[in-house]
Amino acid sequence: MSFLQLNAISHVYLTESAAKEALSDLSFSIAEGEFVSLLGPSGCGKSTLLSIISGLLQPTEGSVSLQNKMIQSPGERMGYMLQQDYLFPWKTIEDNCYIGLKLLNKLTPEKKEITLALLDSMGLLDVRHAYPDQLSGGMRQRVALVRTLATDPDLLLLDEPFSALDYQTKLKLEDLVFQTLKAHQKTAILVTHDIGEAIAMSDRIILLSPRPGKIAKIFQVPSQLQTLLPFEARNDPVFPENFQMIWKELDSLEQSPT
Amino acid sequence: MSNLQLDKQHQQYVKKLKREKYEIVTWQIFILLAFLSLWELAGRLTWIDPLLFSYPTKIASLFLTKLYDGSLLLHSSVTLLETIAGFMIGTVLGTAFAAVLWWSRKASKISDPYLVVLNSMPKVALGPIIIVALGPGYLSIITMGASISIIITTLVIYHAFHTVEPNYIKVIRSFGGNKKQIFREVILPASFPAIISTLKVNVGLSWVGVIVGEFLVSKQGLGYMIIYGFQVFNFTLVLLSLFMIAIFSSIMYLGVEWLERKLIKH
Repeated sequence: MSFLQLNAISHVYLTESAAKEALSDLSFSIAEGEFVSLLGPSGCGKSTLLSIISGLLQPTEGSVSLQNKMIQSPGERMGYMLQQDYLFPWKTIEDNCYIGLKLLNKLTPEKKEITLALLDSMGLLDVRHAYPDQLSGGMRQRVALVRTLATDPDLLLLDEPFSALDYQTKLKLEDLVFQTLKAHQKTAILVTHDIGEAIAMSDRIILLSPRPGKIAKIFQVPSQLQTLLPFEARNDPVFPENFQMIWKELDSLEQSPT
Repeated sequence: MSNLQLDKQHQQYVKKLKREKYEIVTWQIFILLAFLSLWELAGRLTWIDPLLFSYPTKIASLFLTKLYDGSLLLHSSVTLLETIAGFMIGTVLGTAFAAVLWWSRKASKISDPYLVVLNSMPKVALGPIIIVALGPGYLSIITMGASISIIITTLVIYHAFHTVEPNYIKVIRSFGGNKKQIFREVILPASFPAIISTLKVNVGLSWVGVIVGEFLVSKQGLGYMIIYGFQVFNFTLVLLSLFMIAIFSSIMYLGVEWLERKLIKH
């Protein structure tokens, strides 16, 4: 039985002027511990799909189930990481990390200790009493990762979490997220428009075609790349050919008239 | 560059900053003293009509007389209490209305035209009706002090609630947070800066409402002192009341700034 199952998901956005089909009849499943990337040009509904999986958005048709339980609303089973950290500027780093536990009424001393240990493992324990505006972009996104992991979610949803960072920080953070997720044996879905990032981080890449979003193709990342750290994977000899292959596919999707 | 040199440069910089600050304060005091002396001189030499514009020492001696006979304390405290009450009621009720409008989109859409009309209406014009309805006393005056600020508070704070970064809300929702939690954890703290600036405006507005209220009720308070001074042609008394109002409203403003430092650290 698959860990996450999407059954015939369709979604229509309704506005005063039109009804726009964002996603059309999408089905796929993800195994436990797998890292899957959703890749596609802008307008393919990647973020909409992620919102639906998280339960933030109800699909017009179809259903999502996690470990055979239907997802109706967001909660502790999911961890969601946004494009930017969106740490609350009025809370300390420590309190920002506790927010999920606080909302779920689970802010116990043990959970606090686990969260602080997570902060420590990311080299952020020293700044726990600081405020977000005193930290660099990379540090803030690391705090956001701790905030997401603090509630111990079963599934992590990463909505282009590296897109707002400079290149060097992005590469470092990719490695850190990869290592952390593997260490905690988490299942994750990454939304990205960066082909290199998708190959370097994931086990499988789902390519979406735009207007309305549909599955265009599914790539299996070569097993030798799957186990490597993202930074090492980028330097592996088989990386460029995979990159070229997906590049061409993506290019043809963007050019085909729809 | 060695540490010693850096230290020296820093010291020089700090010195420069201090000198600049000193200079500014000196200018501020100089302007005040120059204004007061010129006023005094102009009044005594009758360049201006002292009956109308009085002069500082005359106001100061009246201040002492009124202080000793206890009437200044009475009128000041009455007005101050009314203003603080009107200010608090206006701000708290305005914020509460804003919260209701945020909670229900439909309520905000329905009330929109009414709020616009109420906001553009001069609230002091309601004064006579309020006084007849609530009686010529504290209650009417406080109501006027509050009514003048309540609508604008509602509008400004509702706008602040409404323009909170939606991704902050998404963070709360992604943890399964409900609407109450969204309000408490995001909407309210994110709007503190807007609430504080409303408070600063409301300090001035409540004074307007209360003083006009006292004009109309004409029983007690600094507004009464002004209207009385006007009627008996004692403009020294009018200016003394204005001076007291200036002092008290400055203190209230400083109080709001203190609150600002407490509430908004980052």
